[in-house]
Amino acid sequence: MDIYHEIAPRFQVEIDREACRLCERCTVNCTYDVLTFNGERIVAKSENCVSCQRCATMCPQGAISVTPGKIGFPPHGTYTERIRRILYEQASTGGVMLAGSGTDLPYRVIFDDILLDAAQVTNPSIDPLREPVETVTYLGRKPDHMVAAQDDGRLTVDRGADYPNVRLSTPIAVGHMSLGSISYNACIAIFRAAREFGIMVGTGEGGLHPDFYEYAQVINSEVASGRFGIEPRYLKDVAALEIKIGQGAKPGHGGHLPGEKVDALISETRMIPVGSDALSPYPHHDIYSIEDLAQLIGALKEASRYRVPVGVKIAAVHNSAPIASGIARAGADFVTLDGLRGGTGAAPRIIRDHAGIPIELAVASVDRRLREEGIRHLVSIVAGGSVRYAADLVKILALGADVAMVGQPVLIAMGCRSCQMCHLGNCSWGLATQRDDLVRRLDVDIATKRLVNMFHAWTEELREILGALGIDAVESLVGNRDRLRYVGPNPRIADVLGIKHAGEPWSD
Amino acid sequence: MVEVKNDVGTTTQVCEISALDGRGEPKLYRPLNEEIHRAAAEGYGVIRVTDVHGQRFIGAGLEGDVRLEIVGTPGNDLGIFMDGPTVEVFGSAQDQAGNTMNSGKIIVHGNAWDVTGLAARGGTIFVKGDGGYRIGIHMKEFRRHRPVIVYGGRVREFFGEYMAGGILVALGMDLGGNAELHNVGRDVAGPSLGTGIHGGAIYLRGGVPDHYLGVGALRREFDDGDRKTLEPVLREFGERFGVAEEELWAVPFTKIVPASGRPFAKYYCGKLI
Repeated sequence: MDIYHEIAPRFQVEIDREACRLCERCTVNCTYDVLTFNGERIVAKSENCVSCQRCATMCPQGAISVTPGKIGFPPHGTYTERIRRILYEQASTGGVMLAGSGTDLPYRVIFDDILLDAAQVTNPSIDPLREPVETVTYLGRKPDHMVAAQDDGRLTVDRGADYPNVRLSTPIAVGHMSLGSISYNACIAIFRAAREFGIMVGTGEGGLHPDFYEYAQVINSEVASGRFGIEPRYLKDVAALEIKIGQGAKPGHGGHLPGEKVDALISETRMIPVGSDALSPYPHHDIYSIEDLAQLIGALKEASRYRVPVGVKIAAVHNSAPIASGIARAGADFVTLDGLRGGTGAAPRIIRDHAGIPIELAVASVDRRLREEGIRHLVSIVAGGSVRYAADLVKILALGADVAMVGQPVLIAMGCRSCQMCHLGNCSWGLATQRDDLVRRLDVDIATKRLVNMFHAWTEELREILGALGIDAVESLVGNRDRLRYVGPNPRIADVLGIKHAGEPWSD
Repeated sequence: MVEVKNDVGTTTQVCEISALDGRGEPKLYRPLNEEIHRAAAEGYGVIRVTDVHGQRFIGAGLEGDVRLEIVGTPGNDLGIFMDGPTVEVFGSAQDQAGNTMNSGKIIVHGNAWDVTGLAARGGTIFVKGDGGYRIGIHMKEFRRHRPVIVYGGRVREFFGEYMAGGILVALGMDLGGNAELHNVGRDVAGPSLGTGIHGGAIYLRGGVPDHYLGVGALRREFDDGDRKTLEPVLREFGERFGVAEEELWAVPFTKIVPASGRPFAKYYCGKLI
């Protein structure tokens, strides 16, 4: 026995022997090799437990409890349990620590330090249940000017060239989760819900499985450094194209999909042989400058014959604002910002947890910079990476985003417990896995319905807030910082966001 | 519009497009490419574009059985995302010819410089002359698609970097025939050869010193199977550019392959923490 490997379990799994009827349902449902039947009773290897709660949820007797580990680490404010566990593991393996999902480190969530305004007396509120409150959003470049003129009593509007836009019924887009990071059934449920609700879904870097072209009208094809799965219809038949430079969970990092995960399904999607490693290089090998970026944007527009908007996704980093300015000037039609807490199927923990900036700051600084330069209309801003629920949606729009991008809420709606073990591919809920027996656990119809419910609820809450603000169209909320106030501990953050402190009126 | 007989005796419609506008100035790439797309949509079998002056994205995303003849110097990203057509360049190509190409052919009667065939999944690229850096980077293969790139001359550093499939060949010959051709160095390929390679094979006519090999690249003996693979490729190359077969085989080949298809197998640990 290697005593250095015997580290106290993070969770303790206990079976109520009185209640347990030995149906073994838990042993079938556990995918982390925790619960087994030894011929007499159910036994638990707590050290393998990730607290996905599948066993407890499926137990007909409610006989399973999962609680924090019983062997407490000696308390230490500096060498936290998390840090000590990393050190033990690295001393054993010498490996780079991997993780899934987005960072769970308790960085302060700025959304939670922001309060919304509401209309009182001088700017009457609107009843969204009886009066029109518009949530339709158009993604893409807007006209350079608009000149209305009267000609023989007829009103004409000259707005110059028109650019391709994607119509979204509500300012929500599902972020880029590829088949590979999530399961076939999860992809189908997301596509169906998006089609039903009229919003857009990113493909992720993996290309598009042939079965998914049925949903091309809602698909935003990602072109990433690995160039996986790119074929003419991937560029021509879809709603939008997006060049992925970076991802919030791993700014500056590429991707390594190990060969053992490249099964027949992934092979068809990424268009690489079964069993081969899929390496996404860290940079694009044809992009080392804004000029090079302009070249790939141009190439995509040429290939798609200027029929769809072309965007560029970057991770939210210190220099996001000038980079976004470059992206707009390079001819992109939208820029996507992915914040510090953005998710991933697998990323080195050190990057997931320590690189990037919160999305709130990135959105506000990018929106302000583009406005100052007079080029805000050239691009729509899509922002995500911890838009957790409708309140964050409202706040990110008011900070300057046109569209909020969501990933983890979508997974949570379908059962994800945020155990952050996506990289292991054993997701017991059938989400972040490619194992057939697990993928089948996700009922596509139920998952679709749950997603539509969630998008519907978010949209209604958005309308509630718009009504309370006295705003009748979501476009008037975008960048409307005057309706936000800061209540957090650090007023410097309010300066960066460009919002006032709570208690300060609209004008002095 | 002119009509010509093609190889099999049927008539092909040829569309002539000048890359110069009425004032003799080079057209911008968008209107020029629009004309090419329109001609392809109208069913022309051959589209001949003359006086090309660096216009980018020629043939971008073009599909089908069309033949594109380029007289002059096409700009970057020639044939990017292309799926099927044949492009023949009577001149030199600039950077990234055949970028992310799916299938088709690009034949260049001069040089084709940096990053040719980036991430190409299929198709053939024949270049009579020399090449620059990072040619064939991240080239792949899938099912019936297996990209092939052959340079008649020499290539610079990072040949076949990150390569994941297909065949890359540099012959190191001075085939001439184009005033722009020049010798890029005495080596058939430069250092950092095949760095990060995890699929496919690189063939060099002649040798390179061991220290030119990049991370994860291995030298392997050139055997009969390799010769069998290369024979049809070189035969076609020789026919295209008028090089005798025995001359192509006059110098022994070097073969470079990946040391492993799983270069990062032991790099990570994913313990539950």
